[in-house]
Amino acid sequence: MKYESQGIAKMYFIAALGLFLGQIIFGIIMGMQYVVGDFLFPEIPFNVARMVHTNLLIIWLLFGFMGSAYYLVPEEAERELFSPILAKVMFWVFLGASVLTILGYLLVPYARLAEITMNDLLPTMGREFLEQPTITKIGIVIVALAFVYNIGMTILAGRKTVINVVLLTGIIGLAVFFLFAFYNPHNIVLDKYFWWFVIHLWVEGVWELIMASLLAYVLIKVTGVDREVIEKWLYIIVAMALISGLIGTGHHFFWIGTPDYWQWLGSIFSALEPIPFFMMTLFAFSVVNQRRRDHPNKAAVLWALGTAVMAFLGAGVWGFMHTLAPINYYTHGTQITAAHGHMAFYGAYVMVVLTMISYSMPIMRGKKAANETAQKLEIWAFWLMTLSMVGLTLILTAAGVMQVFLQRFSEDPLPFMVVQDELKNFYWAREITGIGFLSGLFLYLYSFFAKGKEVEFEEEQLD
Amino acid sequence: MRDTFTKGMARNIYYGGSVFFLLVLIALTVDTVKRLPATDNRENLTEQVIAGKRIWEVNNCIGCHTLLGEGAYFAPELGNVYTRFGESTDAIKGYIMSRPVDGVPGRRSMPQFNLTEEELEAVAQFLKYVDGVKTARDWPPNIQG
Repeated sequence: MKYESQGIAKMYFIAALGLFLGQIIFGIIMGMQYVVGDFLFPEIPFNVARMVHTNLLIIWLLFGFMGSAYYLVPEEAERELFSPILAKVMFWVFLGASVLTILGYLLVPYARLAEITMNDLLPTMGREFLEQPTITKIGIVIVALAFVYNIGMTILAGRKTVINVVLLTGIIGLAVFFLFAFYNPHNIVLDKYFWWFVIHLWVEGVWELIMASLLAYVLIKVTGVDREVIEKWLYIIVAMALISGLIGTGHHFFWIGTPDYWQWLGSIFSALEPIPFFMMTLFAFSVVNQRRRDHPNKAAVLWALGTAVMAFLGAGVWGFMHTLAPINYYTHGTQITAAHGHMAFYGAYVMVVLTMISYSMPIMRGKKAANETAQKLEIWAFWLMTLSMVGLTLILTAAGVMQVFLQRFSEDPLPFMVVQDELKNFYWAREITGIGFLSGLFLYLYSFFAKGKEVEFEEEQLD
Repeated sequence: MRDTFTKGMARNIYYGGSVFFLLVLIALTVDTVKRLPATDNRENLTEQVIAGKRIWEVNNCIGCHTLLGEGAYFAPELGNVYTRFGESTDAIKGYIMSRPVDGVPGRRSMPQFNLTEEELEAVAQFLKYVDGVKTARDWPPNIQG
């Protein structure tokens, strides 16, 4: 570590991984409820488990992004973080708000939670992914603004590299677009339209900027390739992400009462959305092939290549599969969407945060790379989690195709619940892949504690 | 990448491209909002429907159901439930009201939300209003949602 304040990332990463474990456990509960309908009913109904699963995902990724930014920005800016104290205080504010919110979901009925938190004053609850009580949303805004301020001031006072400037635009966008979460019109079409300004412009917009800059940073570190080359790639990747992704929002405006021209605009621009992900894959492999050093942290290199490939498959290929309006007409809101959502989030955002953790955690713990045993376990965990996610996605895709055929496409469409019964075997298989993923995660967490022979490398190779 | 394509050019594509398409998105949004009255069924947006939307939200209905295809995929699509239930708000109310408190052994079941008569009517009217939104190609493809 070159700057002491980079070490703040550690607490953020530990919190992220703890919440990640919670997210997966609730995923397994939901998977079980798909096959044994009354599992944990009425104590934890499906809607509660899902809210916990998706909200924990968002929260832990935000912890991961913040930790990553606190780690890399001081080094890129060549100065200490503007305010380490603010970063530490905000950590506890965010963790406290997150834990209270999740406990609120689990311990009181949702309608009661809305009452306790005075949702009527500014009703924002009860919309997918934005289920947090209004007071929590205000907390998120405060934490996000403090984060932008802290990172922004550090960059302004220090060296402005392409990586930290792109990262800064990403996190400013993250904070700005979240403000649409407070706009909840009575008109359902307007509500849905602007809801996507948070959801789509996050995950298919500004989060891609964050992802690309984190990946670029780790690639510079582990390959030693010239910054000029990497920065050119970074610019062109994020340019393509926004050029395709902004109007690509239109692929969500096919069937919600919005004008017909979105069928064309949404289809054409979202068909371009795989391009930045494909470029990320080319970028990662070409940079690793041109490497000037063999970094002792093999696991971090694997995560970096893995996130590029899996983001392209999950977000790019699986997204494209159902993004054209004539196809989406049949697939909209089926298990196809679920399949895409899982692999895209894992490939793009989970894996890029794990890439940063893999690279920086050993350094924050005082060495260049984890010991040989720990790395071996981490690599096993990589494959177990990744292959489980591939399996889960393929199974849900098959289930989705069958659902579309039976419920949407056939001459004699069957009712939703009848079709769900037909899909039971797929859902059992999916649950097995979920358990595979959880095992991978346990192995991953264990790898941080594994003892073994330290890796050997030539010190002068590394900066 | 080749040297003829400089970092400066890449940077200009990034800034120029994103600002341009952000402005296009804003322009399209203004146009969309102007055109919505033709399709969004706002003429039926009564006080009761507004109250129903709140009931829909504070019971996290979207945590299991989809509404116009968005939400969770655990329970049926409700954007056309009014049509599916024979254009009867009473049928919708009856269904919500009759859910067993302890669920159905081995099967998925909607929780019993203990809504009052007034709340039931409001949420049923909300679903009727959503069914009246004119979606492109009259999505969903058929009555099963």
